[in-house]
Amino acid sequence: MSATTASRAASPPSGADAARAGGNPAAGPVPAIWRALDAVVDPELDEPVTELGFVTAVSVEDRVAHIRLRLPTYFCAPNFAYLMVADAYEAARAVPGVDAVDVRLEDHFAADEINDGVAAGDGFAAAFPGLAAGELEELRITFWRKAHAAEQERVASRLARDGVDLATARLRDAPDTARLRRRRERLGLPAGDDAPLLVGDDGAPIPADALPLRLRLARTTRISIEGNSGFCRGLLSTRYGG
Amino acid sequence: MYSKDGQDYFVVDSHIHFWDGTPANQANRYGEGFLNCFYDYHRNLSPEDRVWSLEHFQRQTEEQVMHDLFEEGYVDKAIFQPTYLTDFFVNGFNTTEQDGALAERHPGRFIVNGSWDPRDGEAGLGRLEQLAERWNLQGVKLYTAEWKGDSKGWKLSDPWSYRYLERCQQLGIRNIHVHKGPTIYPLNRDAFDVADVDDVASAFPQLRFIVEHCGLPRLEDFCWIATQEPNVYGGLAVAMPFIHSRPRYFAQVLGELLYWIGADRITFASDYAIWTPKWLIERFVDFQIPEDMQSEYGVLTPEIKKKILGLNAARLYDLDVPAGLRLPSATEPDEAIGSEPAPVAPVAP
Repeated sequence: MSATTASRAASPPSGADAARAGGNPAAGPVPAIWRALDAVVDPELDEPVTELGFVTAVSVEDRVAHIRLRLPTYFCAPNFAYLMVADAYEAARAVPGVDAVDVRLEDHFAADEINDGVAAGDGFAAAFPGLAAGELEELRITFWRKAHAAEQERVASRLARDGVDLATARLRDAPDTARLRRRRERLGLPAGDDAPLLVGDDGAPIPADALPLRLRLARTTRISIEGNSGFCRGLLSTRYGG
Repeated sequence: MYSKDGQDYFVVDSHIHFWDGTPANQANRYGEGFLNCFYDYHRNLSPEDRVWSLEHFQRQTEEQVMHDLFEEGYVDKAIFQPTYLTDFFVNGFNTTEQDGALAERHPGRFIVNGSWDPRDGEAGLGRLEQLAERWNLQGVKLYTAEWKGDSKGWKLSDPWSYRYLERCQQLGIRNIHVHKGPTIYPLNRDAFDVADVDDVASAFPQLRFIVEHCGLPRLEDFCWIATQEPNVYGGLAVAMPFIHSRPRYFAQVLGELLYWIGADRITFASDYAIWTPKWLIERFVDFQIPEDMQSEYGVLTPEIKKKILGLNAARLYDLDVPAGLRLPSATEPDEAIGSEPAPVAPVAP
C-alpha cells in the first residue's frame, strides 16, 4: 500500500514507508499514527491526506506526536487547510501512547494562524478573529454531500448500463457499495441493504421524475472532484518534486 | 486570426494580463507566494518547450507581450483583466492604468477593462466613474478574494456590491468578469462558491457575468447556476491548458459546459502570461472529444470552435468581425444574452 501511495503523489520521505509497515514495537506508536492519518481526508477531494502526499513526517518524542503537513499551493483555502490540520490532530491524539500532538502545516500563508489555532483548541473562528462568522461544520457537510452525490452517480451509472431500474433499486442491488455506504453513514443517511440506492441530502429516495437531472448534476460534480484531485496532485508534485 | 484546414478563426483572448511580479514589486511574502503559485500553475500545465524561467515569468516586456499575443499568437483582440492586489504588490500586480498605457501605444489591439471593490464605498464609486470615462470601459474584472487591510474578501451579493453593479449599468459597463479565489468573508464559507453570481445575475439581467475559470474548482455549481441564468457565461482561462496535460479532463470540462450552457456562452482565454495563446489555439483547433466520450458529449465542429475562440466574446464587446470570419447569420444567437439552457437529457447509459 505504501509503495503505491508513494508513486501516486509526491513521495513521503523515505522512512515513512518503513514506519508504516509497523509491527516493530521499537517504532512505538508511529505506525499507528500513520494508520490514523489514513482516515483524515482532504474535504474538497474526499481522499486521505496520506494518499495525496500531504503528510511528510510523523515522529514521536517523549509521547508527543509530531506531524508535518504540506499542501499543493501557498494559497490553498485556509478553511480546508484548518480542517485537515485539526483532523490530523484529533486522529493522532486518539492513538494509544500519544499524550500530546504537534501538527505543523508548512509553506502556507496562514500556517501560523492554523497551527497555533489547532494547538489552542478554540476552533476556527478563534484562530481567525474577526474574519470568520462561525465554525466549519457546515462547510464540511456541504462537501460530504458533494462526495456522496458523486459516489451515488458512480454506482448508478454502472447499474444503468445493466438496465436496472434506478428509481426502485436498493443498496443491496448494487455491487461495490462500501464507499457509498461510508459516505451515507458519515451524513447519517440510510446505509443498510434495504436503503434506497439513490437518496437526496435528506435521506428520502429521489423521485423517478427528478432522477435524470439529479444524476446529471451529480455526474458534473464527480467530474469536478476528480479533476480537482488530479490538479492538486499535479501542483503538489510541481511544487515539491515527485 | 488562425487558419487551419480551410477554416479561418477570429480570435479574442478574453483574459490577459500585463503584470509586474518582480521581487522589487512584491510587497511581502504574500506577493511572493502569489507569484510563485501562478508560476507553479504555469510549470505544471505548460508543454515542456513552453516553460519559462521564473525571471521571465515575473515580468514580460512590452515587446514580448506583443510578440506572444499578436505576432505568433494569432490573437485579433485581447482583453486586459486587471488584478490589483495592492496589498501584495507595491504598485499593484496589474492595474487598469498599467494595462491602458500599453493599450494606447498599440491602438486597435486591446480592450481595457477596469475593476472596482465594494469595500471602497462611496469614494470608489467616484473612481469607477473616472475609470470608465478615461478608458471607455465596457467591462470590469472583479476578484472577490482580494485582500484589503484586515479583510480577506467579499461577495457579489454584499450591499455595496449592488451599488457598484447599479453604477456599472448606468455607465454602460455590461461585462462583469468574476474571478473567485481561496479567501472570502466570512472565511468559514466556501470561497469558491458561485451562489452570489446567481443572486446578482437575477438582479441585473442586462449585465453579463462571465465567470472566469468556468467556476473551477466548482464546475458543478457554475453549471447549475449558468443553466438557470441566461446572462452567465463561462470563461476558459485556466481550463484551456488541460488540453495538453490532461486532454480527457479537458474534454469533460468542455463537454459539461456545452451540455449545460451551450456553445454561445463559452469564451476562450489564455490567462496570459500564465500561458501563451499560440499553443492553446493550435491545440484547440486540432482538438476533438475522444471517441469513447462522443456518445455523451458529441463532437466539436468548426462552428463551435469559432464561437468559443472569438465570436462569443466579439458579441459581448461589440467587436467588428471581418465578414469572412463570421458565421452564417442563421447560426448566430438572436440576442446577446446567450442561449437557452440545454435540454435535460436522461442520464447517460
